[in-house]
Amino acid sequence: MDFLPHTPEDVAEMLAASGFEDIDALFASIPAEVKLGRALDVPPALSEPELAAHMAELAARSAHGSDLVCFAGGGAYDHHVPAAVGALAGRAEFATSYTPYQPELSQGVLQAVFEFQSLVCEIYGMDVANASLYDGANALVEGVNLAVRATKRERVLVSAGVHPHYRDVLKTYTSGLGLDIHELGHDDTGALDPGTVDPTGAAAVVVAYPNFFGRLEDVRTLADRAHEAGALLVCVTDPTAMGILRSPGEMGADVAVGEGQSLGNLLSYGGPYVGLFATKLELVRQVPGRIAGETVDADGRRAFVLTLQAREQHIRRAKATSNVCTNQTLMAIAAAVHLSWLGPQGLARLGEVCARRTAAAARRLAEIPGCKIRFEGPHFKEIVLQTPLDAATLTRALSARGFLVGPPLGTWYPDLENCLLVAVTEKRTSAEIDALAEAIEKELAQQ
Amino acid sequence: MSRTLEPSAGTRAAPDDAFPLIFERSRVHRRAWSLPEPEGDAPKLDELIPEGHRRSEPLALPEVSELDLVRHYTRLSQRNWAIDVGAYPLGSCSMKYNPKIAEFAAGLPGFASLHPFAGDELVQGALELLGTLERALCEATGMARLTFQPAAGAQGELTGLLMMRAFHESRDDRRAKVIIPDSAHGTNPASVSLAGYRAQEVPSDERGLVDLEALKQALDHETAGLMLTNPNTLGLFERDIKAIAAAVHEVGGLLYYDGANFNSIVGVVRPGDMGFDIVHMNLHKTFATPHGGGGPGSGPLAVSERLERFLPTPVLAAPAQDGDRWRWDYDRPDSIGRIHSFHGNFGINVRAYTYLRSLGPEGLRQIAERAVLNANYLKSLIESTFPTAYPGDCMHEFVSTAKGLKRHGVRAMDVAKRLIDLGYHPPTVYFPLVVEEALMVEPTETESKETIDGLAAALNQIAAEATSEPELVKGAPVTTPVRRPDEARAARELKLRWSPG
Repeated sequence: MDFLPHTPEDVAEMLAASGFEDIDALFASIPAEVKLGRALDVPPALSEPELAAHMAELAARSAHGSDLVCFAGGGAYDHHVPAAVGALAGRAEFATSYTPYQPELSQGVLQAVFEFQSLVCEIYGMDVANASLYDGANALVEGVNLAVRATKRERVLVSAGVHPHYRDVLKTYTSGLGLDIHELGHDDTGALDPGTVDPTGAAAVVVAYPNFFGRLEDVRTLADRAHEAGALLVCVTDPTAMGILRSPGEMGADVAVGEGQSLGNLLSYGGPYVGLFATKLELVRQVPGRIAGETVDADGRRAFVLTLQAREQHIRRAKATSNVCTNQTLMAIAAAVHLSWLGPQGLARLGEVCARRTAAAARRLAEIPGCKIRFEGPHFKEIVLQTPLDAATLTRALSARGFLVGPPLGTWYPDLENCLLVAVTEKRTSAEIDALAEAIEKELAQQ
Repeated sequence: MSRTLEPSAGTRAAPDDAFPLIFERSRVHRRAWSLPEPEGDAPKLDELIPEGHRRSEPLALPEVSELDLVRHYTRLSQRNWAIDVGAYPLGSCSMKYNPKIAEFAAGLPGFASLHPFAGDELVQGALELLGTLERALCEATGMARLTFQPAAGAQGELTGLLMMRAFHESRDDRRAKVIIPDSAHGTNPASVSLAGYRAQEVPSDERGLVDLEALKQALDHETAGLMLTNPNTLGLFERDIKAIAAAVHEVGGLLYYDGANFNSIVGVVRPGDMGFDIVHMNLHKTFATPHGGGGPGSGPLAVSERLERFLPTPVLAAPAQDGDRWRWDYDRPDSIGRIHSFHGNFGINVRAYTYLRSLGPEGLRQIAERAVLNANYLKSLIESTFPTAYPGDCMHEFVSTAKGLKRHGVRAMDVAKRLIDLGYHPPTVYFPLVVEEALMVEPTETESKETIDGLAAALNQIAAEATSEPELVKGAPVTTPVRRPDEARAARELKLRWSPG
């Protein structure tokens, strides 16, 4: 099956009109010595019914989403995606458009992006947001790069409570720039002790709120310490917590970044997700990526355009604030629709249900003989469960019993060898929490 | 709820004639949301979250009914051009039809609801899909292995440049610069800087191709590599590619293939056979995944055997024998590390796989054939009014110049705006930078002869209008929801978010 409109007559006419003898003549500028001269060795073409069946068969061999109850977290969460979000963000007029280079034909995407920026600013307590970045890790990297440019310093302090993958990506991304990246360990409550942080000479202090263990860091004190030393505070922030928790802006963060998957985007095995990026007005010229702005048209009507493009690679080239070109607009639109569906009360309810059900789960799981919640203190929607078994083994055993949990933490944190994450969203019921606890009890009894 | 914060959105109406913002549709206490009650016996929020962490500022989010929400975004979508609406000949962007079967496939719960931390044994269908797609893309590019982590072409570029750096450093060879042609995409020099290298431009010659002599002069033992788009951004095939590759390899450099224009050669010639060592693809271009209003894309990066060990962690490991499973291999001591939060834009890769399986080997070659046919046909129809900047046959796109209209006061941007009123999305304008008054046109293979005839007729009409009625062209568009926006004002009087009050 192809998607080509040409009839044989069309091909003949078009070749003749443009002066070519045959199709091969179109490629005469390619030297014969490099041409392939054979068909590609790729799987044969399928008709649409065959293809639909093939895709369904492949998907069926991965269908854990409908088979397992998802308590897994670690930066990707099984939140409810409202039906309206899929219906609206999935509209082909959004999905099959491109970067709004011609604003008159792109007011839909431009206004949706402007609204997305406004919503991100509002929940994060910031002045400016961009049109989105690739994912949470990418947003963190860009936040650090902004701080490095703004302070002209190269030392970066990163809390070990920041997602381990994000820290890996930061190291990879900046390996050519020679940044001096230090990790700050967590204390025995699973949070960063601000008293141990010395930001002297640092461009940025990077923390997560809530952190990878679901714990709430003392962002305000960390921000104060960072500012005293002339450093910026970059805060990786879960947007779904913003209905109940103070915004990073209110607590003094200079840059708020985050993963927007939880806002209206499917798990989709890790992508496409959407990186959220917001900061203060005085740093606007250091912001990476696209920004939509409001203006008026030739008749004085409100209109939206991409603005401050002199920061970007297509203008500034080697001196751009970032190499980013495309962003994740469609995911940003989904996030905007979800936030508008929620409103202030819905976002508060979402946060409250997550926090209270997580607390209920913590209480129930701590009753299992041999298990405990590794870190005391307030959590948002994730907890660290310590078990008597190897956490990876237990995670696998639980999937056989119908539950997805984790990830296990030993890979990244040697002191948490027998620990794993349990995430509780608004979709998880008290019956499911009980069932998970019983499954763990049975598994431990069998060992 | 234990505490209510009064919202403050929705008290101001939209200005006259303006399409309202979602915030301007808001009314206090109206709602679309529907969420469960917290269980009664669960600890109360006040007991869980200390005061110092509790939100104290009201959140000015919109409060709308679900129907308000649906109408708002439906109407917004109608204020937008899209491939599904009409022709979209943006040069370098490959705005071709995005098959609906791929949307169906990506939405299957067995793909859409997979958690990225699910164990390999739980996602065998997804891993097999990626494995098959990897083999097919390596075959199409002539490379050995690839990573799916890069979420877009620019992230692929950075990944490839970091691997280039890792390759040289593994040989205790520190190099300082990467060479790019002056017609390159802006992401190339920006990625070079981010990778810690210096970008050095080499000029195009009178053919619009890399000036081989200038390149040879620029090449030295400081050169980490060359980034090249082939066909280049002028739509011309770099026919000296073997000599270029030999010259770069001669000084110990590597060749990076920017896959932005891969759609014009797929099945005809492979980057690996031209001498390239590193290749990124833009699956949203060549493999027809939706561009989403500016993303998500997907920019997998493929490399030759000698660079394989530097690929980002993890890489996919195929079953060694029957009964084995697909798995992710994390044991990669020479890897540059991770570049994405998880496994890249998986949902986009599912769509690309679906497209690949619908086409097969013949279909893949046909996309290149028809893309090049459509471009050359369109070029022949408008060449007398909008001559191409460089002579010769083009590949999938071509760059014309509108400089002939300047004497009537009409610029390339005016041509673009007038084209909107005639029912077409304009081509890319003012890129590449090496062409004065550039119109970069890429019809793509999925547009019909009638559509191209219509587009050509519209362009030729505009050329005539530029002489007879230049004000008509300069005043366009008049058929759109807004007319030309004041971009200078947008940058001068920054208004980057809606604010309450």
